[in-house]
Amino acid sequence: MAKSKDNIKQQLEEELKKRKPEKYVLHLYVAGLSPMSQKAIANIKKLCDEHMKGQVELEIQDIYQNPIIAKDGQILAAPTLIKELPPPLRKFVGDMSNTEKLLVGLDLRTKE
Amino acid sequence: MKKSDYKLVLYVAGTTPKSLEAFANLKKICEEHLKGEYSIEVVDLIKNPKLAKGDQIVAIPTLVRKLPQPIKKIIGDLSNTEKVLVGLNIIGKG
Amino acid sequence: MAKSKKFTGSAVSELPKCPTGIQGLDEVTFGGLPKGRPTLICGGPGCGKTLLAMEFLCRGALEYNEPGVFIAFEEREKDLEENFASLGFDLKSLVRRKKLYIDYIYIERSEIEETGEYDLEGLFVRLDSAINSVGAKRVVLDTIEALFSGFSNESILRAELRRLFRWLKDKGVTAIITGEKGEALLTKHGLEEYVADCVIALDHRVNNQIATRRLKIIKYRGSRHGTNEFPFLIGENGISVFPMTSLLLTSNASSVRISSGIRSLDAMLGDKGYYRGSTILVSGSAGSGKTTFGAQFVDSACRNGERALYMAFEESEEQLVRNMKSVGINLKKWVDKGLLEIASNRATLCGLEMHLVMAHKSVKEFKPKVVVIDPITTLTGAGVEGEAKAMMARLLDFLKIEGITVLANDLSLIGDKGEATEIGISSLCDTWIRLTMETQGYRRTRRISILKSRGMKHAHETKDLLITDKGLEIKDIPGVREENT
Repeated sequence: MAKSKDNIKQQLEEELKKRKPEKYVLHLYVAGLSPMSQKAIANIKKLCDEHMKGQVELEIQDIYQNPIIAKDGQILAAPTLIKELPPPLRKFVGDMSNTEKLLVGLDLRTKE
Repeated sequence: MKKSDYKLVLYVAGTTPKSLEAFANLKKICEEHLKGEYSIEVVDLIKNPKLAKGDQIVAIPTLVRKLPQPIKKIIGDLSNTEKVLVGLNIIGKG
Repeated sequence: MAKSKKFTGSAVSELPKCPTGIQGLDEVTFGGLPKGRPTLICGGPGCGKTLLAMEFLCRGALEYNEPGVFIAFEEREKDLEENFASLGFDLKSLVRRKKLYIDYIYIERSEIEETGEYDLEGLFVRLDSAINSVGAKRVVLDTIEALFSGFSNESILRAELRRLFRWLKDKGVTAIITGEKGEALLTKHGLEEYVADCVIALDHRVNNQIATRRLKIIKYRGSRHGTNEFPFLIGENGISVFPMTSLLLTSNASSVRISSGIRSLDAMLGDKGYYRGSTILVSGSAGSGKTTFGAQFVDSACRNGERALYMAFEESEEQLVRNMKSVGINLKKWVDKGLLEIASNRATLCGLEMHLVMAHKSVKEFKPKVVVIDPITTLTGAGVEGEAKAMMARLLDFLKIEGITVLANDLSLIGDKGEATEIGISSLCDTWIRLTMETQGYRRTRRISILKSRGMKHAHETKDLLITDKGLEIKDIPGVREENT
């Protein structure tokens, strides 16, 4: 009995992974083309390619060029990644090098 | 063993879109509000119809909070996070 | 069964039926409930819905080898078992033998929070598993309306109910769904919308402080059905419905004769007595000897080893036995041998319909050859005047079809010479005997005359009727010859 219970859980987990039909809308806010910005851009692009291929709309904004956005979006740190969709809205700060943390935060992987 | 303050059982009937939705929502809510303090068990009533009787399951999906007492039941795909949090008595916690 | 054959004879193209086995119900539905389809039974609290539904399953399991599933939303398995034990149904044993599966579904609104989309797949899964576990052919949901108090999303509920009824049909089970009586609709939540095939309403009414239960078939798609309200009774063996169908013409006239129990009366009736299966009316004023007349008739039948039912509406069994003993008729002997059943009920204790249902039930169970109704007149006091005759006619019809010889006593208040019986049932009778009291000076004498007796030669003289310590005796009136019309 315990086995079949686990089975359904596993099945659901797999289905969940397969599903991801949702569109990810990610906004990355960087401050100029500093090395950190470049690193963050490279990291997030890689992550999108590997885990959300074809389902992601990534928009990169330079807050230097568009300070209004920083204010409206309440961006304090740079780089900041905002997951606009799917809900809930989440923010990540840093050079996006901690892939594991990002994947969990983006609901692409569950943390056990 | 991990500390599991919240013992949750999700009753589903096969891997239907509704089950999946509920499971996904549940996981998300737990991760956000009960991190490290919960365990989720999933029961498939198609395979174990007899188990429906114990918790008096009629609607699918039903989430049963076994612990902490008292038992609470939440039905639906758990898409209304606010209600789930109220139902589980964890609002304000996260 | 011979019983059902009788009623399906003229119904050639009707839908297949599922016999309920409930006394009288299969007659009024011409064979039972629609097979493989859901039927809605509705009515107020305490009207007998649950009982009817459970009896349908029990009889299905016991008499038709069709296992059943009972989904209870209101009572626990244990409560059901206890309640039904008193009605002679051993649910525990049926469950043990896998003839019945009871599942109690409990929905506590206060502990349920609803968030987003859901369905009632849990119910379907449970039902499916229950059906499979006993190979059920019959299903009861009692009462599905509990769902409405358990869940607040009515649009989901309604969609799911529709799906449920479709699903039950696909499963091919004959189902009973019960519903609480509503104010504007038949049921509180309009369940009738989903059950298109058959709807039966039960009613528990009180008229002149007399309670009557009635059953009415509101709708039965593709089938004939009785449109009347049929009285029914909840007795120690479950429900019995009095069919009240007019089937008079199907009865066969017998040419076999049966003794009246009074040799000198047999002599007046072409020397042979009554026709078997005929109806005899004995009318007379109080104290004219009607009861003795009836007692002597059952005594004679019992002597011949036949079962007799004596329906006493004015006396208790003890009184009757004692009084008859004083005129040399020992009824106790026959009661002890199981040949005689004395059904004693105060006429005003319950409604006329109830009396009819009880009579119907006793006859079905005890299977008497002879029935005495003493007196038939009292019953009118228990019913609405105009209905009484129709009811009586139905009862007599029914007894006639069963081939039972009936002797009905009729207390005539109009006057000793009156030839109109109080409830006017003389036309329904084959033989009509009148007892009178005549005062000659200080002496009162009992007289007997045969007003009519269909299909036989009978005496036309009025004779003396003597009550002796060996029962009744008839003698010619000394020196007088009176002609009757």
